[in-house]
Amino acid sequence: MQVITCDVVVVGGGGSGLRAAIAIAESDPKLTVALVSKVVPMRSHTVAAEGGAAGVIRGDDSLDNHFNDTVSGGDWLCDQDAVQYFVEHCVEELVQLEHWGCPWSRKDDGNINVRFFGGMTVQRTWFAADKSGFHILHTLFQTSIKYPGIQRYDEYFVADLILEDGRVRGVLAIEVATGEIVLFEAKAVILGTGGAGRVYRQNTNAGIVTGDGMGLAYRHGAKLRDMEFVQYHPTCLPGSGILMTEGCRGEGGILTNKDGYRYLQDYALGPLDPWPRPKAMELGPRDRLSQAFWHEDQKGNTFQTPLGSAVNLDLRHLGEKKILERLPLITEAARVFAGVDPVTDPIPVRPAVHYTMGGIYANMTETEVPGLFAAGECSSVGIHGANRLGSNSLVEIIVFGKVAGERAAAYARTVKDGSSAGVRQQAEESASRLLALLKNDKGERVAKLRDEMGDAMEAGVGIYRQASGMKTAIDKIAELRARYRAGIALDDHSRSFNTEWLTTIELGFMLEVAEAMAHSAYNRKESRGAHVRLDEYKTRDDEHFLQHSLATYTGEGPPAISYQPVTITKSQPRTRSYGGAGKQAVMT
Amino acid sequence: MTAETNTRTIEIDVLRYDPDSGAPPRYQTYTVPFQHDTSVLVGLQYIKDHLDGTLTFRWSCRMAICGSCGTMINGIPQLSCHTFLRDYWPKKLRIDPLEHFPIIKDLAIDQTDFLNKLDSVKPYLIPKQEKPLSEGAYLQTPKQMEQYYNYSQCINCLLCYAACPQYGLTPTFTGPAALALLHRYNADSRDVGWTARSDVLNSEDGVWRCTLVGYCSEVCPKNVDPAHAINQNKVNSTLDYFGVLKLLSTVGLGK
Ligand SMILES: Cc1cc2nc3c(=O)[nH]c(=O)nc-3n(C[C@H](O)[C@H](O)[C@H](O)COP(=O)(O)OP(=O)(O)OC[C@H]3O[C@@H](n4cnc5c(N)ncnc54)[C@H](O)[C@@H]3O)c2cc1C
Ligand code: SF4
Ligand code: FES
Repeated sequence: MQVITCDVVVVGGGGSGLRAAIAIAESDPKLTVALVSKVVPMRSHTVAAEGGAAGVIRGDDSLDNHFNDTVSGGDWLCDQDAVQYFVEHCVEELVQLEHWGCPWSRKDDGNINVRFFGGMTVQRTWFAADKSGFHILHTLFQTSIKYPGIQRYDEYFVADLILEDGRVRGVLAIEVATGEIVLFEAKAVILGTGGAGRVYRQNTNAGIVTGDGMGLAYRHGAKLRDMEFVQYHPTCLPGSGILMTEGCRGEGGILTNKDGYRYLQDYALGPLDPWPRPKAMELGPRDRLSQAFWHEDQKGNTFQTPLGSAVNLDLRHLGEKKILERLPLITEAARVFAGVDPVTDPIPVRPAVHYTMGGIYANMTETEVPGLFAAGECSSVGIHGANRLGSNSLVEIIVFGKVAGERAAAYARTVKDGSSAGVRQQAEESASRLLALLKNDKGERVAKLRDEMGDAMEAGVGIYRQASGMKTAIDKIAELRARYRAGIALDDHSRSFNTEWLTTIELGFMLEVAEAMAHSAYNRKESRGAHVRLDEYKTRDDEHFLQHSLATYTGEGPPAISYQPVTITKSQPRTRSYGGAGKQAVMT
Repeated sequence: MTAETNTRTIEIDVLRYDPDSGAPPRYQTYTVPFQHDTSVLVGLQYIKDHLDGTLTFRWSCRMAICGSCGTMINGIPQLSCHTFLRDYWPKKLRIDPLEHFPIIKDLAIDQTDFLNKLDSVKPYLIPKQEKPLSEGAYLQTPKQMEQYYNYSQCINCLLCYAACPQYGLTPTFTGPAALALLHRYNADSRDVGWTARSDVLNSEDGVWRCTLVGYCSEVCPKNVDPAHAINQNKVNSTLDYFGVLKLLSTVGLGK
């Protein structure tokens, strides 16, 4: 087995991984960094983010505003110390990206321009047209090239973590092109592996967003926190789930039902006027908008497309010029993927899974496993609570990516060099398990289990939940895990570029992550943020559930669920309201 | 609407190559059901999921932004997620790996050469002097941004390399996307790195290797227009030769 030795392994070439790698190189150029990613970094899912990134720069805005929007948006399940750190560091990181070349959209005088985003009181979203994630990712990737300390391992799939004496010692990876198994020995490991949206059938996520990092950490004793909170994005194309950014509504787009009626006014998000105004109607938070869709669907107010029911996202009144200038990607995507020209016709949209609020529990990116750090969507550092605000995660990945890099560098300096026979031994054993998967030719197809998992999660742990449905999902996932253990039959047993093999390994992670989600949801007997129940737990219950859920891996059985207090510093839980009621709530 | 929901079937010939077997490349035909909005990528996924798990190709975003899924579709370099089966039916279509690159397996090509070229053009901002973060962002007017904006849209999909006959003949040619990226930074009002990049630009394998075929810009899915970037730099390269660019830049007219 090939062994590569370095100080820090960064798993993930998305925004969080790249930012972490750069932070290590800047804090100590002598440290060696292996940047390991299953795709070439600029293919990472950050590339698909459209809308933008939050940072307070307007005179009529304040850090307190950003703090309050984030904490109330998260339905008070945010750790407020983490949110405070976060809002204080957003602008610095966004400016840093600008200094590295990121083409943020500008005002005529050359200053940065900001736009509205759902759930935000003031315009504070920095954007690069509607390709914000694309520009952030390419800027970070291209900048990373200038640091000789960062050694890239593009298209290496990390399949296992190696721990010894309770601390992390490295990762085991498959070089995709050759199928060779490689051990990276390191003093510290940072996971920047992204979310897990692919455990659901209809989602806005890229194919690679399969929760690998969550699964890796979970299997090795790190806890998964707040996994029941899965965000649906209200405006996606039916079938493919391709996202029509919230920026559409930030620019003034409206949602209407089959009768052309702006139905959000019926769901405590109105009144209509004045419009557009922050945190109301189409600029309400995602969970409320997705729920309103569900009710409209129940009432028969949606219309049918070949790929499911839908409502209208109407941009026409913005005019061709503004549509093309501010929303070029959306215009193209609607034209190509839905066959609709937003200049002349409304776009059919429906909710799809978009974001995993939960993740690997990490205190300022430090997980409970010494030497293991997590940042970005795979982590739960505590800023999103029960519902993430749009445009907070693109800043999260850079703010906490940097923290992870700095902390991992500091940690690595305290750890002595030296490999051990135990580490090699473990790597060999793990490698033979991987090769056993590769050789197997009896059992079911990987796509079959994957699709059954996606359907089960959608049916049982979707926009609305109830005990019986969640129980069905729990049983189904347990059954799927048993079938997975019984064997996935591969057609392809070759070593080189075997994506069927990699997909099978990913499915293993996804099933465990899905199970953590379903059990965390079942046990949260209240409604909060993105977790909304239709049974007897329709309301928020601060007395019992103003707590983070923690899922602990127990092997073949279901996860053990426990709870942990939420850190509250200055914002006591209040009712979370938007629209007209929201204004009052803020004033009182 | 009925035509759109109807499921039809189409035949797809795909180039197969397995490096482990040592057998020469061959075509294999698959029959795939499709609807109005089925992309070529979704067709390939159907094959992988249901018919033949050995078929190998790259993809990720499925929305034409990650640059993973470039292939030759009926001989034309295209993103498979952005090309639709309806446009080929009732004829067959043929899918090959991107031209001019070594094949790893089936449709997956080796992109190492391109990644090395990206490194070579110093694709990062080289400012006159580092500005502390506390001083905030640089000013850049929308007009200044326009100078480079198009060239910053490249998704590194490599379609232009597959289209470029020069790259096919002389693989050392830096090539369209990397040169467009070089120009993206040179044309940025915040950057002064053009001297650091001029070696690559002016070398034998830089802009002068280009013979103005322009097919790169034609196939580019993001309207980057690498051919235009290269051409502009032929002018710059000539001026550079005569030292004019240096002179202009000292009086602030270089951009
Ligand atoms: C369509 C869309 C639009 C969005 N728009 C916005 C927006 O406007 N504003 C906002 O704030 N947020 C937005 N988000 C959310 C935001 O983009 C993501 O949360 C964020 O980009 C995640 O970044 P990341 O670095 O954590 O992970 P990613 O960018 O997903 O990167 C994960 C990396 O990990 C690597 N990896 C994963 N598993 C392995 C493994 N086993 N081995 C090796 N490498 C591995 C991958 O190769 C990849 O490089 C959007 C999300 C989507 C889906
Ligand atoms: S210039 Fe165009 S064709 Fe070439 S890699 Fe970039 S996006 Fe693709
Ligand atoms: S899958 Fe990302 S560009 Fe086609």
